[in-house]
Amino acid sequence: MKIVVIGNGMVGFKFCRKLVERKVPGLELVVFGEERLPAYDRVHLSSYFDGKSAADLLLAPKSWYTDNGVRLHLGDPVHHISPGLQTVTAKSGITEPYDILVFATGSSAFVPPMPGTDQKGVFVYRTLDDLDHMKTAARKARRAAVIGGGLLGLEAAKSCLDLGIADTTIVEYAPRLMPRQIDQNGSAILQQQLETLGLKIRTNAYTTAILGDGTATGVGFEDGSSIPADMIVISAGIRPRDELAASAGLETGSRGGIVVNDRMQTTHANIYAIGECALYQHIIYGLVAPGYEMADIAIDNILGGNRTFGGFDMSTKLKLVGVDVASFGDPFPPPDSCRVIVFEDQVAGVYKRINMTGDGQYLLGGILIGDASAYNMLLQKVKNKMKITGKPEDELLGARSTGEAAAGALGLPPDAMICSCESVSKSAICQAVEDGHETFNAVKKCTGASTSCGGCAPMVKDLITYTLKSQGKYVRNVLCEHFGYSRQELFDLIKIRSLHSYDEVLDSIGHGDGCEVCKPAVSSILASLWGDMILAKGNDTAQDSNDRYLANIQKGGTYSVVPRIPGGEITPQKLMAIGRIAEKYNLYTKITGGQRIDMFGAHVGDLPLIWEELIAEGFESGHAYGKALRTVKSCVGSTWCRFGLHDSVSYAIRVEERYRGLRAPHKIKSAVSGCIRECAEAQSKDFGIIATEKGWNLYVCGNGGSKPQHALLLAADLDSETCIQYIDRFLMFYIKTADPLTRTATWLNKMEGGIDYLRNVVVKDSLGIAGELEREMQALVDSYKCEWREVVETPALRKRFTHFVDAPEEKDPSVKFEQLREQKKAVEWK
Amino acid sequence: MSPITKEKTNWFFACKVEDVPANGGVCVKYKNEQIALFHFARRGEWYASQNLCPHRRQMALSRGMIGAQAGEPKVACPFHKKTFSLADGRCLSDEHECAIKVYPVKLEEDRIYIGVDGGKETSAVPA
Ligand SMILES: Cc1cc2nc3c(=O)[nH]c(=O)nc-3n(C[C@H](O)[C@H](O)[C@H](O)COP(=O)(O)OP(=O)(O)OC[C@H]3O[C@@H](n4cnc5c(N)ncnc54)[C@H](O)[C@@H]3O)c2cc1C
Ligand code: SF4
Ligand code: FES
Repeated sequence: MKIVVIGNGMVGFKFCRKLVERKVPGLELVVFGEERLPAYDRVHLSSYFDGKSAADLLLAPKSWYTDNGVRLHLGDPVHHISPGLQTVTAKSGITEPYDILVFATGSSAFVPPMPGTDQKGVFVYRTLDDLDHMKTAARKARRAAVIGGGLLGLEAAKSCLDLGIADTTIVEYAPRLMPRQIDQNGSAILQQQLETLGLKIRTNAYTTAILGDGTATGVGFEDGSSIPADMIVISAGIRPRDELAASAGLETGSRGGIVVNDRMQTTHANIYAIGECALYQHIIYGLVAPGYEMADIAIDNILGGNRTFGGFDMSTKLKLVGVDVASFGDPFPPPDSCRVIVFEDQVAGVYKRINMTGDGQYLLGGILIGDASAYNMLLQKVKNKMKITGKPEDELLGARSTGEAAAGALGLPPDAMICSCESVSKSAICQAVEDGHETFNAVKKCTGASTSCGGCAPMVKDLITYTLKSQGKYVRNVLCEHFGYSRQELFDLIKIRSLHSYDEVLDSIGHGDGCEVCKPAVSSILASLWGDMILAKGNDTAQDSNDRYLANIQKGGTYSVVPRIPGGEITPQKLMAIGRIAEKYNLYTKITGGQRIDMFGAHVGDLPLIWEELIAEGFESGHAYGKALRTVKSCVGSTWCRFGLHDSVSYAIRVEERYRGLRAPHKIKSAVSGCIRECAEAQSKDFGIIATEKGWNLYVCGNGGSKPQHALLLAADLDSETCIQYIDRFLMFYIKTADPLTRTATWLNKMEGGIDYLRNVVVKDSLGIAGELEREMQALVDSYKCEWREVVETPALRKRFTHFVDAPEEKDPSVKFEQLREQKKAVEWK
Repeated sequence: MSPITKEKTNWFFACKVEDVPANGGVCVKYKNEQIALFHFARRGEWYASQNLCPHRRQMALSRGMIGAQAGEPKVACPFHKKTFSLADGRCLSDEHECAIKVYPVKLEEDRIYIGVDGGKETSAVPA
């Protein structure tokens, strides 16, 4: 049998992969693709502007096709088909006969008919080539306009921001963003969130022309108004690629799409159409999951089966500029037939709506904005028509800790689709675990679950844990193949046995030769327990590479130098010293978010020289390279500020000097604000302190970064001594019990009992360990030494800071810099 | 394990044993090349590979942590922690990543030699 596939996009590729897996004897498979690259992950197209390369996005390398006997013609679109002769002819002139022909031509961006769309500076957002063009144009562009406020338009707008165009406007015809997926109130919250991120939004705006005289200069609207823009991205919907099918006489829809029946056959029985070009019951399915299902159905029917397509759920979940947006089931059913529950928090930017049947028994669908953590669970309840058992509002607000969510996944029927991208059911995942695939990666590989969008990963992990537990297996959260213990268990064992070096630990309680996971984890435990110098002999090479060089490696292989500036307070003399030293060693300087000064671009061999001078000027290591206390930010406080209640700077310095150099499972940040106006942003820190009339409020487990989380109040109105006492206990408890590379926020999220439990331990001493925690912390505080001073003063340690062992005075000749503004920068990598 | 010494292998003197930290690496300059040399002291083995990490083309592997995966010796790049086998150079953490070149190493008393030219085979030598 010879099958020819037209189109090598996401669905066309899936068709090939699934067909190859069936190992059909005598199969000949030929694929024509119009684009110059083999199939890539269009769903994550935007990540191309976010660090991913084209190669990263490929669904399979070119060799996959050759290895599996698939003949792939790239950059060669099919121009003609002849259903009578059963042949296709491509642009290059190649003609191939077929037994079965499959259309997987996808769709193209729809460009509304209006003047000016063919000018320079006008783009669509569909292929890697489109993105390359945008990338080039963005260097000169200053203002962007995205026409279309739907899912793709919002992604395109985010990409404009990523490309450095801060002035980006989204133009939408409807009165709200994402009109097809979410309702007015949800849109309002989304809009507000996007606006705080700097996007401009203009709704109720009907675009009538792209302005310009050959090069776009702006967008004109029906009411006569216009906005200026030199980069315009049109994202006004999609247009199925049915032109070839239509010219061959296949039936197509009036608004585009190749008409198919429920077996994916077109009006010619041996010609199939799948993915975004196929029109099934007047619907184009513009998502990958239904396209993948269509590929499955087509294969089944081609090979003699009779599975049929029964439509597909169009639920979606995505993250837009860091904002979760999800819509599932029926997001807005007719109001008279259903009950609606809405939760809205304008400050946090969260909006949730669920629709239930009139009797409150079943879930119909809903919308989640700002927090879509419940998406999977709710979607499953809709799809599986599960009865609502508890109070209906629990569906909206409940299932917050992982424990409950897992119980939820367990409650699903065996045939519930956990991974809808790859159609993997709950029973398939549980079966895989029972068959011995006991880790997330093993289950991923064996079932394919979580390999596409990854949205189901938490559910898959929970199912693995629960299946193992139900088999009576103790689920151990072990460090790596060299240690059969969790970090907390290791901590206790190392302490009880009084082990002092990585090798001792490996020899007495581990096996094998160690790796890049257990080495830094054990080193961190050793540092937290004994406070020994981390580069002491035998422990130096067990440190994470940055710890080993007491500096962060940066692009190009040079290092950054970050002296400690406690509380962000610095004298003019010290400022000048930094300036002088940075100039002498040709370093790039920048003020950090943590109120200190980073110096970049130091050769490894210069590090001891630079630090020698810094130490002579009274500086010490800032531990920016370690999983350790970073900075304690402070606002100016009562010494100068007219609102200040206490001296936040003095207190921040005291706190920073107490915990400097403290090693922990992950980095720790802190801040002190002089009053409730919170200029130091203490509530986004691992621990934050805010002055009150009566003393200090202590907040813990906040986080900035990629997963912002507000810190929670641990105790209020503390005097300065008690506050330090609580911080001692809190930090030491974290250091002893957290998993490696877990920030305090995640640690708390996983803690059974949450903040109440933590408060009991720290404030009420429910475990009776407070005294011990304080003593341990005091011992660490007492053993503090500046690591850089030790290196500078110890010739044997200094000697390790060279690039070439056989030419110590030579610098790495591959290090190159470029000029940017008045300073240097690392040369961009690959 | 025995040293694989092909006759055409060209041995050059790299450094002395004491110059390399136990269970860590150093970078050796050979003509215009940079070679990472590792002393796997736990196993009494020496390995050498190109210093360039193929991922983002950074001269960094000599500063990486070494270790083992199911007994196979490996190094982790300090930049993004991709790991490469020190036995045959293939990338262990990402099947699509390019392999690195590995070189044989031999020890004469306390002097370490690295073999260039045709040295693609296993390079482990008992110390
Ligand atoms: C920016 C962006 C974000 C998206 N986000 C999501 C998301 O979050 N979730 C989701 O489910 N979906 C998302 N989608 C939609 C998803 O990418 C599509 O549903 C999916 O790619 C459709 O697959 P397909 O194979 O049908 O079409 P395509 O992937 O478009 O592939 C069709 C291929 O056929 C080629 N072709 C056309 N005509 C010919 C011819 N005559 N000869 C040879 N080749 C031809 C085309 O050049 C193209 O390469 C997104 C799309 C975009 C653009
Ligand atoms: S937090 Fe209060 S005391 Fe500190 S600078 Fe802001 S207003 Fe002043
Ligand atoms: S540069 Fe080596 S892993 Fe990225």
